[in-house]
Amino acid sequence: MQSLFLRGPSVTLRAIILVAASIALMIADHRWHHLEALRVTLETYVIYPMRYTINLPVEFAQWVDESMASRNVLLEENEQLRQQQLRSQVSLQKLSILENENERLRKMLSAQPKMAERVLVSEILSVDLDPYNQQVVLNKGIKDDVYLGQPVIDAWGVLGQVIHTAEHSCIAMLISDPGHAIPVQVNRNGLRGTAYGVGQSDRLELRFIPHNADIEVGDLVITSGLGGRFPPNYPVGRISEVDRPPGETFAQIDVEPAAHLDRSREVLLVWYQSELHQKELDNAGQ
Amino acid sequence: MPGSNLYKAVLPTLIAAFMLSMLPLPDWAEHWRPDWVTLVLIYWVMALPNQVGVTFAWITGLLLDVALGTILGQNAVGIALISWVVLLQYQRIRVFSLVQQALVVLTLLLIKQLLVLWINGLVGRAPDNLLMYFLPSLTGAMIWPWIFQVLRNIRRHFSVTSRL
Repeated sequence: MQSLFLRGPSVTLRAIILVAASIALMIADHRWHHLEALRVTLETYVIYPMRYTINLPVEFAQWVDESMASRNVLLEENEQLRQQQLRSQVSLQKLSILENENERLRKMLSAQPKMAERVLVSEILSVDLDPYNQQVVLNKGIKDDVYLGQPVIDAWGVLGQVIHTAEHSCIAMLISDPGHAIPVQVNRNGLRGTAYGVGQSDRLELRFIPHNADIEVGDLVITSGLGGRFPPNYPVGRISEVDRPPGETFAQIDVEPAAHLDRSREVLLVWYQSELHQKELDNAGQ
Repeated sequence: MPGSNLYKAVLPTLIAAFMLSMLPLPDWAEHWRPDWVTLVLIYWVMALPNQVGVTFAWITGLLLDVALGTILGQNAVGIALISWVVLLQYQRIRVFSLVQQALVVLTLLLIKQLLVLWINGLVGRAPDNLLMYFLPSLTGAMIWPWIFQVLRNIRRHFSVTSRL
């Protein structure tokens, strides 16, 4: 029997229970990352089909653009790419010689040889997320062996890392997200530090560097590989500003990201398993 | 049939709202994007308080969290709370004029945004510009009259009514 009024207490009770449940969920998600399984299920079966549909018109426009391109334009592009390929080939030759030499030297020092890294090209889907988070959706997921914490790079530098995975997609946090920090070093002298995101796509902050540190505008900043998550020696950005306010303990140093954080469409997922990360994974598995 | 209402009108409009929330917009427009999912949900809670309740709202909020990549439960708690307010007051809100309704909706959206802001502040992600942050509530309230009429037409077209 339906009454004219909703039963008040039961609605209020339910609301209270749900608020409590939300608080528990938020703590479990934010503090311990226990809810990946729930997120994977919801993302894969409910949200991803919608994302896919939203992305379709963009994909279609691209397809039209490609198929309507005139022969001349294509020929021109082909010629350009051929030249670029030739140039890359030349520098690759030099690189492979250097790589061999490096390996030989490492062997002489009986240092560990560097591991080869596997990469996969992935595309950023044209869907929006929360505007106050710097995150993107990629079109590769668990079925392509994408894992949590996987580094994402573009042609110019480090872009971010995977924070949520689903069957056919994953969400990557950019290095500019206020919740992101990446261990780096200055290429010129090996000075180590950590670059924090501040929520702007053209600026990172290198924090906790003392005033007297040898650091200059224009210095190249690369990953140090210390956290075990990012492979070492990938470019992160260039120092764009160094300010040494007299009253403060640390210098204020800004880094301009090398990766095209807000323009890239095609990105690379890198499989990199340092020993440290492997241990972390083993511990998590136990 | 209690379920049929959901499949005919509520779910399709909610899916449309989700898609609008994820549709890529240029940077300047992103800050004006109204909270489509919450707006549509407010309407359905008001129109069908027996079928669309706090639990339904909460699950929708959870999906919104997954869709936007925010902490699980952040939007869920906001949406559940304001649908609880609507459930307590729906008979009053229903007879308001559209302008009065828009003011109520503005208040509800602001409450939700404030909650989300608190949670964001707790995890260290407070936005720099607070006035910009609350813009979506304003745009949401401004388009409420149209949302209301479109959804009411949809509801009448499928002759979906509350079981009261």
